[in-house]
This record gives sequence, C-alpha cells and structure tokens, in this order.
Amino acid sequence: MTDFSQGRTNVPMGGSQAPGAQTVSGSRGLEFAEPLIFEMHHEGRTGVDLPDVPVSDARLNGMRRQGPVGLPGLSEPQVVRHYTRLSQKNYGIDSGFYPLGSCTMKHNPRLGEKAARMAGLGDLHPLQPFSTVQGALELVDTLAHWIKTLCGMPAVAMSPAAGAHGELCGMMAIKAAIEDRGEAATRTRVLVPDSAHGTNPATAAACGFSVDSIPANDRGRVDVAALKAKLGPDVAGVMLTNPNTCGLFETEILDIADAVHAAGGYFYCDGANFNAIVGRVRPGDLGIDCMHLNLHKTFATPHGGGGPGAGPTVLSDALAPYAPVPYIVHDAKGLRLVERQADAGEGEKPFGRIKGFHGQMGVFIRALVYMMSHGAEGLLQSSTDAVLNANYLRARLGDVMSVPFDGICMHEVLFDDAFLHDTGVTTLDFAKAMIDEGFHPMTMYFPLVVHGALLMEPTESESKETLDGYVATLRALTERAKAGDVQFFKDAPRLTPRRRLDETTAARKPVLRWTPPVEDNA
Amino acid sequence: MSVKYTQDHEWIAVAGDTATVGITDYALAQLGDLVFVEVPEAGRTLSKGDEAAVVESVKAASEVYAPVSGEVTEGNSAIADDPSTVSGDPAGSGWFFKMTLSDPSELDAMMDADAYKAYVDGLD
Amino acid sequence: MRYLPLTDVDRAKMRAVIGIETDADLYADVPRSALLSQPVDLPGPQGEMEVERAIAALAAKNLSSAKAPSFLGAGAYRHHIPATVDAMIQRGEFLTAYTPYQPEISQGTLQMLFEFQTQVAMLTGMEVANASMYDGATACAEAVLMAGRVTRRHRAVLAGGLHPHYRDVTATSAHFIGFDLVGPDSDPSHPAFAASVIDLIDDNTACVVVQTPDVFGRIIDLRPIAEAAHARGALLVAVTTEILSLGLLESPGAQGADIVAAEGQSLGNPLGFGGPYVGLFATRASLVRQMPGRVAGQTLDVEGQRGWVLTLSTREQHIRREKATSNICTNSGLCALAFSIHAALLGEEGLGRLARINHANARALADRLTTVPGVEVLNESFFNEFTVRLSKPAMDVADALAERGILGGVPVSRLLPERTDLKDLMLVAVTELNTGADMDALANALQEVLS
Repeated sequence: MTDFSQGRTNVPMGGSQAPGAQTVSGSRGLEFAEPLIFEMHHEGRTGVDLPDVPVSDARLNGMRRQGPVGLPGLSEPQVVRHYTRLSQKNYGIDSGFYPLGSCTMKHNPRLGEKAARMAGLGDLHPLQPFSTVQGALELVDTLAHWIKTLCGMPAVAMSPAAGAHGELCGMMAIKAAIEDRGEAATRTRVLVPDSAHGTNPATAAACGFSVDSIPANDRGRVDVAALKAKLGPDVAGVMLTNPNTCGLFETEILDIADAVHAAGGYFYCDGANFNAIVGRVRPGDLGIDCMHLNLHKTFATPHGGGGPGAGPTVLSDALAPYAPVPYIVHDAKGLRLVERQADAGEGEKPFGRIKGFHGQMGVFIRALVYMMSHGAEGLLQSSTDAVLNANYLRARLGDVMSVPFDGICMHEVLFDDAFLHDTGVTTLDFAKAMIDEGFHPMTMYFPLVVHGALLMEPTESESKETLDGYVATLRALTERAKAGDVQFFKDAPRLTPRRRLDETTAARKPVLRWTPPVEDNA
Repeated sequence: MSVKYTQDHEWIAVAGDTATVGITDYALAQLGDLVFVEVPEAGRTLSKGDEAAVVESVKAASEVYAPVSGEVTEGNSAIADDPSTVSGDPAGSGWFFKMTLSDPSELDAMMDADAYKAYVDGLD
Repeated sequence: MRYLPLTDVDRAKMRAVIGIETDADLYADVPRSALLSQPVDLPGPQGEMEVERAIAALAAKNLSSAKAPSFLGAGAYRHHIPATVDAMIQRGEFLTAYTPYQPEISQGTLQMLFEFQTQVAMLTGMEVANASMYDGATACAEAVLMAGRVTRRHRAVLAGGLHPHYRDVTATSAHFIGFDLVGPDSDPSHPAFAASVIDLIDDNTACVVVQTPDVFGRIIDLRPIAEAAHARGALLVAVTTEILSLGLLESPGAQGADIVAAEGQSLGNPLGFGGPYVGLFATRASLVRQMPGRVAGQTLDVEGQRGWVLTLSTREQHIRREKATSNICTNSGLCALAFSIHAALLGEEGLGRLARINHANARALADRLTTVPGVEVLNESFFNEFTVRLSKPAMDVADALAERGILGGVPVSRLLPERTDLKDLMLVAVTELNTGADMDALANALQEVLS
C-alpha cells in the first residue's frame, strides 16, 4: 500500500501469534480488520443527499478552488460500520476498570450528554444578544458558584479549555500581578518540584519565566528546606500539585504558602488531584493563590479519547482583578459578559483573552449536572470513597508489590518497580500483561521521583468486587514475574487488536497522513 | 590525537587545532534507539556550554553541548539522515560535529578515558 | 447515591483491611486547621428527574437558534449535523476513553486521528496536520509562536481582517513571552488590500497572519502576501474560521501558506454557546518538529500488522518539560471525531455541494438585503458571510431583531467595541439551514426596524 512497509526491518521481534489469529479475511470474530476511509473510496458514493447548486465566480475574488480536495466517497452504512468497528478497538471507562493515575477515570453519567444536547443549550450561538442567553449565563454563573464554594476562593476564570490551559491562565494572572507591581524585570523565576507534571514547567516557560526545580524528600513530599533556600526577590511563584503526584497530601503546605508569600511570590496549585479532597478541604484555606480544576477529571465529564476538557481556574483576592476576559457581570438588565479588556469595570485589570468565545459550555453543562446530582454530601462521599479505594489497593497489594512511601495515601497509590527487581520484567511489561487480563494499565514511569513508577487511581466509581478481582489478578501476575516467566510478559499483550507497536520507526520516519498509492506503470 | 570526556557524556577528539565531538556509549544506552538527530551547520560560532546538537529517542530528548568554544567546521549529515547509524559506532562514524578550538586550555579540566570510566562507574 | 457502588458494609470491611477506624483517618495528613468541620454550603443531592428539570428550566430561558431565523457567524456557524455523527461519537468506547497512551487498546482513537489529520491536510492543502487544538483562536496563537521558533524571530504582522478574538488570544500569549505584534486596523468599507500588510513585513518578521475569508467576510488572495513574506524569510500563517469555505475556495496551501490555523466547528460540531470546538493546525512536513500538539503516526506491530501510535512525543511537555513546543497536553479528541465523521459522510462531492449551497444562499440574501432601505452590503467578495452597513447602530438593531424572534447578525461593536467608526456594521452569515422564509423574515424585520 503506502509507506508503512518501510518499517519492516526495524520491527521488534515478537512471540507466537495469538491462537486463532490466522483467518482468511484478517478479521477475528468481533474484532474486524478495518481499512482507512481513504482506502474505501468509491467514485459516486456519498453519505449526504444535497442538491447540486451551480454558483458563478462573480463574488469569489478569483479564488475558486482549482483542484479536488481528495476526500473519499462513502455511503452512510459504510460510515456507520467504519466508526463502530473502530470504536470496538478502544478501551473506555464504559469497557472496564481504568486505574490510570492522575487521570481520574471515573464513570461519566449519561445525564450530562442528554442535558448538553437540550434545545436552548446545545444550539446557542456564542454571540447572540445577552437578552436571549440569560439561562446560559445563569448556568455558567451557577457552576462558578459551586466551584468557588468548593474551593473557598473568591473568583474563578471560566474560559480555560483544559488543565494545561488553566495552568497557563493562572501563571499569566501571576505574571500580570507582578507586572502591575513593577517587578516583571526582577521576578523571573518559578519553582517547580521534580515530581510535577510536565505541563508545569512548560507552562511557566510559556509565560516567559525560567524554571528552577525543587527536589522531593524521602517521604515523597516537597523538600521544604530546599524550597525555602531557593526563595528570594527574584521568585515569581511556586507551582505545586496537592495532593501531589506521589498520591500524598503535602503535610507542610501551610508553611510553604506562608514562606512563598513572605518572599513576595504567589502560590500556584495544580488541581489535577482535587478529586481526593472535594468537600473536605478547600484550597482557599491552604494559602493557594490560584488553582485550575480539571472538570473532565474531578467532575466526570467524558475524556473523549483526549479532550475536550475544561480547566476553570480559581483565583485569590490578590489575583482576581487580573482574571482574563470574558467574565460574567450582573447589571440592571440581568447577566452579561465583559468580552474585551477595554470594557473592564472599575478595579478590574484583565490580563487579556486566552480562548475564542466564552469557554467550554458543553463541558460546563455536564459538570454542573454531575455536581447537582451529588449535592454537597454526595461530593464529600465521592472523594472519601476515592481515597478509601486507593488505600484498599495499597493495603491489599503492598505486601507483594513495593510501596516507596509509607502511610495513608490520597486518591491514588504509588508503587515502584523494586518488586520486579532481578525478574527481568519491567514496569512496561507488567502493564502490558494487565491489558490481556482486561484491565487498562495504571500510569507508568510517572512521577519521575521513583524508579519504574506504577501509579494507580481507582476512583470512587469502582465496586469492592472490581477491586478484589483486580487485586487477585495483580497478585497472580506478580507471582508469575517473580517465578521467572519473563517471556510471558515480554510477549504481552497477545489478545488485543494490535500487539506491541514499533514506536521507534514511527518516530524515525514519521508517516502522519495517508497518501494515495503511487501508480505502478510497470 | 587525544580524546577527552565531559560529565555530559560527550567525547572530544583533538587533532591539532580542530576537534571532533560525539556522545559516549553510556549516553547512547541511557537514550535508547535514536530517532532524530540535529547537527549544527558549518560556520556557527559556539561558546563552551552552548546547545550545539539535539538527540532524541522515542521517550527522551537531550541537547549535545559544545564541550569547548570555537567554530563549527562540519556537521555529520550522515547521522542526521539516519540516526540509527550512531548506535553502531558512537565513538567513530557516529560523530556529531567537527569544530575549531578557540581556547585549547578549556580541555585541561576534562576527563581522560580512565577518569571517565571511573565517573560512569560511580553513577547509579 | 446512584453513581457510587460502595455500600456502608463495603466501606466498613475496607476500613478494616486498611487498618483504620473512620473516614477521618484517611485524612490524617491534612493539617487540622484546613479540614472542614461541616459540609460546604451547597444544595443536597438530586435524582435524574430533578436535575433534568432544573437544566431544562435554564435552557427555556434562552432563545434557541434553531427556533429563530438565525444569521449569526463571526467564527461560529450553524450547520446541519447528520444524525450519524452524534450517534457515533456517543459510543462509549470513543466517549469514555482517555488519551491513547496504550496503543494496543486504543487503535480506534488512533486510526481516527490519523484519518482526521489526513482530512485536515487535504482540506488545507498542506502536507501534515496535528490531532487538533483547543479552538481556532488558540491554534492561531500557537502558529505565531511556532513561526517564532522556526525563524528565531519575535515579531508578527497581523492582518486587519483577523477575528478580534484570534488577535486578542495571540496578543495575550505574545505579551507574556515577549513577542512584538504589529498590524493595521481594518476598514471594511473597502476591499482588503494586501499592501497594508506587505508594507509591514521586515527582516525581523517571523510571520504574517492573514484570515480568509476575513472577519468581514472578504476573500483574500494570499499569493502576493506569501511571496512578500517568503522574500523576507518570514512565514505565512493562514487562518480561516469557516473551514467549509475550502470546499469552494482555493486552499491556503496552494497559495503558499506555511502554517494553517483554522476553526473546525462547522463540520460535525454544534454551536454549543462557543465550545468545545476543534482547532485545526496544518503545516509543511519540513516544519513538523516545531509543530505543537499531539500527532498520530503509522507503524507496524510485532506481527507486522499496520497500526498507529502517538509519535514525535519528544516535542511535548511530558518529555521536554520547559523546552516543549507548547504546554498543551491534550487535543479536542471527540470534536475532531465529529469533524472527521461529518467529512467522511460528505466526501468530495458532498463537501463541494454544501459549500456551493452556502455561497448561493449568501448571495441570495445579499441581493435581497440590497433592496432594503437603510442597508448597504459592503462586500465585493464573500463566501457565506458578509458585512452590512445599517442606518442605525447595529447593537440596537440586533436587540430589536431579537425582540422579534430573529437572530439577525453579529454587530461589529460586539467584537470591536473601541472602534466606534464601525458601530453601524453588522456581520451576516448564511448557511444551508437558512430558508427563503428566514431571509424574508430578516429583510422584512430590518425594513421595519430601520424605518
């Protein structure tokens, strides 16, 4: 066909094929061999019925398209079957247990899907007159109220489109505040722990800050003495994840906040792990100046195979004036949006705009539906169950796997690969074997502060039976690894639509799109 | 010709007032299979410690720093075209770039082969 | 609680296994002063019926664009979405999957992204595309930053017809990272002249950003701008907010664009009050390592079967950290899927027909409005959106039309309040969903409001 044969010489050698893999068609029962849509093209087929309306070039400024786009023609049944078959090659929360640490893969209630599609919500244009969207603005304002109440913070910027975008929003607010103080030229450094998500240093850099890393201590927490030693008049702020990426609460967080503030810096908290403490601890009570929320994690909006999410960012009194446009204000006619810096009111100093229109409304609706369904008590029970489930895994696996940091964990539990020492089995191999057992693997090799990390986040959506089944499987796999059955792990997964893929060739000779096969004239 | 080593796991082979720079076996083992290499263009002036080249594997990326100050005389286009060739011979045909030396005394503080071996043995 | 499977009996057994007595023991590491002593002050739990009723009540306070003759565009367009699109994107294996980090059990998402990248590259006339961005405005800002990395220059020229939200998002990023932006104001009373941006290109310019059709609907010939930019070593970033226009108009790639940043909402994605949408990002193959965002690539598995993986990850934040091409760590996956399914249904023929219907409808309305006293159509060229000058302030007219149940157009002052010289201008968009009756309703209402 096309370029893909170029990878053959670099294919990693695998073991035997799965039983029954050899079929005439290439499909395996319910697992279908499915070509690309471009390979299914058939002249004259279409999936829509539209009239052919001729138009002249009179008002096209001479820019009518000269050549074809190249899109394939498919009928509707082909399209339905194609995407149905593709979906069957995916693992979702709907399929099974998905303990992917730091990703909070909890159940996605379908009521949110229904609500987001309601007439009067799903079909609103973002630039309708404010008088025609009062309900939509009220919905956003209500969600903002829930967020501010749960966080104990006075303000929230609603427009960030994702967690990393919320980080950007928070760090831009910090930079704007520093500029306002006339210290932009001197406060240029941001402190980020070694254990941080990669987005933290990348975000600081995107705001023009330099990044200085802080080590972790032997309890899996920030080394507070090292942090304090790095504070100074050139520090703009600290970016900290709490609960942290090792699944632990930063016990000295109040001390850290005080020290950062005393040095004239701001305290950014990465809210990726807020699910552990919703309803029990308010970030505003921890001395935090800004924190993004991942609505797609904590408040159960679907991840969609990689977005869209939403990353509303709560702001302290010190940073609230710098919140980006747009934001909602109440006036005599009801609710309206301030959409341009030029329209900002008294005392408001928005740092700019970070997204087209007003934010991820479709995600807001789903998150509010989730919050209203739970209510205050339900949210508290959810976070408690999430922490209980993680500690249950820790208790039931801690004797056969290795826990680098003692004590109670938050909503995720971290293991390292010491239990695989000298077995020849790596964290990756172990994870791939879990796939054959029907589980999505945990997060691997993150955080970077322990060797061969395995980070499990069960969430509150899982029953005790599911956890017990998972524990039994992992204990058996651990035993098998320790018994020296290395090849079993190296060959995994065996039962999946594809087995291990050659990522080296994919990166060496990137094939990022389909191209038509070259005609063979011979 | 003498070969010296840096703590960033680069080697520099000096012959007269020109030098050849590459990465060590240890660096290669840490990175894994290389998928991308970018080498500097001839004529670029480098100060010691400047980012001179880039190496990437599937899961890691690293800069190759100028071990000394000078001007690049040649980048190894063969490894940029096919990064896998570095793996076969990192100390030979897998060299990264050649450069002139503006201050040969910068070599004095670097490790020789024995000192580098001891340094690597001391790492984890 | 219907979403929580643990019962009190389960919880008690689990606490015993863990070796703790109460829930509070789980939070022993939290400083006592930071623990809430009572539940937060928010409403209690509600069943599905109650929540549905409450959300429906909020929805009922809005004027649904489906229930009114609607001519709003300016970067978000109301198009028909085939039923197949919504049915397919709600399959749980697509909807509830995470980023495809485990390729063996994510081939559905990965193959879909590879197909999406190909469709975007084809539409824009570029060699490669990424797996999508948050939206068109953020894609535009990322394109400018990428041009800075490619050229090692820190100055960009923004054409006056760039959507103000795109301009503002780009300006915000540029401000914090130390990037100079220059650009003329636009006067939509005249055709857009390429000279207004060409004259601003200098030897320090990383890129020129030009939107076509521009925010006023005018179709721009990118070729002379591309030529002028390339002569100075600068890149041309082409922007479009209406991707459907490329079914009728020449692609930016064919006109010399180096990067294309676009909004893909028009295919497969509902208006949804502004989001989530899907940013499209395409470029030349030679620049791919400076491209931001996630990308799927083709390879083989150990059995030699074709498959797909996320690739070129070393550009991204989880490996490069502060040296990454962008801090972005997600895409707009489900919106990209909706886009891709709609494009698959349309195919070459359907896309062309849909684009022509849009243009024909827009021309019909432009002709109709020319007959209304107090309305002047400013555009010589347009695709499915044009600018009219009204005899009264456009904001007042829009409100008056809304009172009559018509969403008549976007007042330019909604986007550019500081441009008081443009307060009488309104952007009017027309799609395949606008009927002749809609157009009559708008023309008649305008006649009434303006008289």
